Amino acid sequence: MLLDIQNLSVVFHDQDAPFSAVKDVSLQVDKGEIVGIVGESGSGKSMIAHTIMGLIQRSACKISGKVLFDGTDLLTMDRETLRTYQGDELSIVFQEPMTSLNPTMKIGKQVEESLRIHTDLSREARRARALEAMELAELDDPASLYDKYPHELSGGMRQRVMIASALVQRPQLLIADEPTTALDVTIQAEILKTLKEINRKEGTAILFISHDLGVVRHLCQRVVVMQKGQIVEQGPADQVFFDPREDYTKRLIAARPTRRKLKGSVPHV
Amino acid sequence: MLKTICKRLGLLVLTLLLVTALAFFAFSIIPGDPTDTILGLEATEQQVAALRAELGLDLPLPVRYFRWLGDFLRGDLGVSYNFDIPVTDLLAGRIAPTFTLTLMAAVLIVLFSIPLGLLAARYEGGWIDRILTVINQIAMSVPNFVMGISLVFLFGLVLHWFQPGGYVSPESGLGSYLWFMLFPSLAVALPKSAMTIKMLRGSVLTELTADYIRTAYSKGNSRASALWRHVLRNAMIPVVTFLATTIAELVAGSIVVEQVFAIPGLGQMLISSISNRDYPVVQAIIVLVAFVVVLCNFLADALYRVMDPRLKGR
Ligand SMILES: Nc1ncnc2c1ncn2[C@@H]1O[C@H](COP(=O)(O)OP(=O)(O)O)[C@@H](O)[C@H]1O
Ligand SMILES: [Mg+2]
Repeated sequence: MLLDIQNLSVVFHDQDAPFSAVKDVSLQVDKGEIVGIVGESGSGKSMIAHTIMGLIQRSACKISGKVLFDGTDLLTMDRETLRTYQGDELSIVFQEPMTSLNPTMKIGKQVEESLRIHTDLSREARRARALEAMELAELDDPASLYDKYPHELSGGMRQRVMIASALVQRPQLLIADEPTTALDVTIQAEILKTLKEINRKEGTAILFISHDLGVVRHLCQRVVVMQKGQIVEQGPADQVFFDPREDYTKRLIAARPTRRKLKGSVPHV
Repeated sequence: MLKTICKRLGLLVLTLLLVTALAFFAFSIIPGDPTDTILGLEATEQQVAALRAELGLDLPLPVRYFRWLGDFLRGDLGVSYNFDIPVTDLLAGRIAPTFTLTLMAAVLIVLFSIPLGLLAARYEGGWIDRILTVINQIAMSVPNFVMGISLVFLFGLVLHWFQPGGYVSPESGLGSYLWFMLFPSLAVALPKSAMTIKMLRGSVLTELTADYIRTAYSKGNSRASALWRHVLRNAMIPVVTFLATTIAELVAGSIVVEQVFAIPGLGQMLISSISNRDYPVVQAIIVLVAFVVVLCNFLADALYRVMDPRLKGR
């Protein structure tokens, strides 16, 4: 078991009434497995992702439960210890490719940043590994991209840069938080293919988050369905898709607005 | 980039033409005449008329302006009515103190505001931040001549760190010259530093909430390295522009503060030349100041482009 989340709850008390963004969530990801989290917008998917990554401001909310990574609880760690996991064993690709890169830092420097933080590699070695990671993220001509700035790249390329920088230190777990939601349908399909390929080649476990059950079905072995911070259903991807138990899941499948458009373009990976 | 430089240079020429023409026009409508101070009030009408003809003051305004412009372009700034020596010679000795004052103030502003702005943002809401906010609020609302007088009082009259009104020229030792100039520089720099600190603090806090900072943390950056490696450059972009315009304003600030500290710089010269209607001197100083202001804006623009890659090639 690589990731074992037990009874995770996140309660905000910065407003008048306390608000539970995540309620008693338990889910597991095995080494090398791809697990999907699906749910409508606001169901707490990103909150789970950010909690695993240690990106939640502890002052505004109360987090309870356990997030065991390789058997160690990430929630009880001090900041310094947690930092040794971030970008090293654990990494994340965010929902917003247009704003998640530093606009004034060169692409190459951003891709290799985790190496700068977690290793003593020389400049040349870092560059070589950055180019390798960009290759893995299926970016064309990494050497010329290395010295470019984010604004010179399209949204799809920026998201691939994010994937490359998440992979550069070969993490055990990659969290992909709606990595394609902001992108065109065709680009979305290609990026999903890339993620699947990375999982096959590197054995990286992926926690794939989406609001689109159809997308998750093609990519993941197992799916967790979330509503209002709670898990309502989980199981093998095909079973959840073809034989949903909950009305909410049925509605999620029926409500897919891009279903027909996607049919031809989602690769059967 | 070349296009930008050409555009800027064009703008510089245009600004200088406009400012000098305006100065000529302004002088023609305010009362007073240079002959008053040169000849005294007892002069006969013939004497006045002769002198006016000699100085070319009887000619129509546009003719006088273009005559001055022609001379200026040939490098001839004319002769001071009042001192009867070439304006270039007169200003040569006056530039150093003003230049020193402006430069020292600029350096002080950068030295104060960048570390303090970062510190205030880093420990937002902490005691450093709160103390700085109060000091800033005070420093910003004090005009620089009041700041000057307060510094003269505190460091000159109470602490005797320098002799009020006892200007020390560079010839009497660089060290003591710079020490004396430190106090007027502070008077100019403090209010501007307060503004810059406030601006940098705000800029840093805004950047800290940006998505790319979340990315930086997700890679294992500490708060300090997120601040240093990611926020600083982005947060400095608006501040650099602000600093450049501030340095342009420093020239104006220096002119006022020179009065308070009795420094024989351009500011004093400008004020006495205006009241004596010493046109050639006034025009020369105006050109100089306008030139510095436009140059600062030009530098700001260049720096802005270096710092923000999104503007390259535009
Ligand atoms: N700082 C916060 N304070 C209070 N509520 C928050 C905060 N951040 C997020 N939320 C709420 O938590 C819920 C879950 O959000 P999120 O995890 O982003 O949803 P999803 O990614 O599934 O669309 C949302 O209802 C959101 O409004
Ligand atoms: Mg989300």
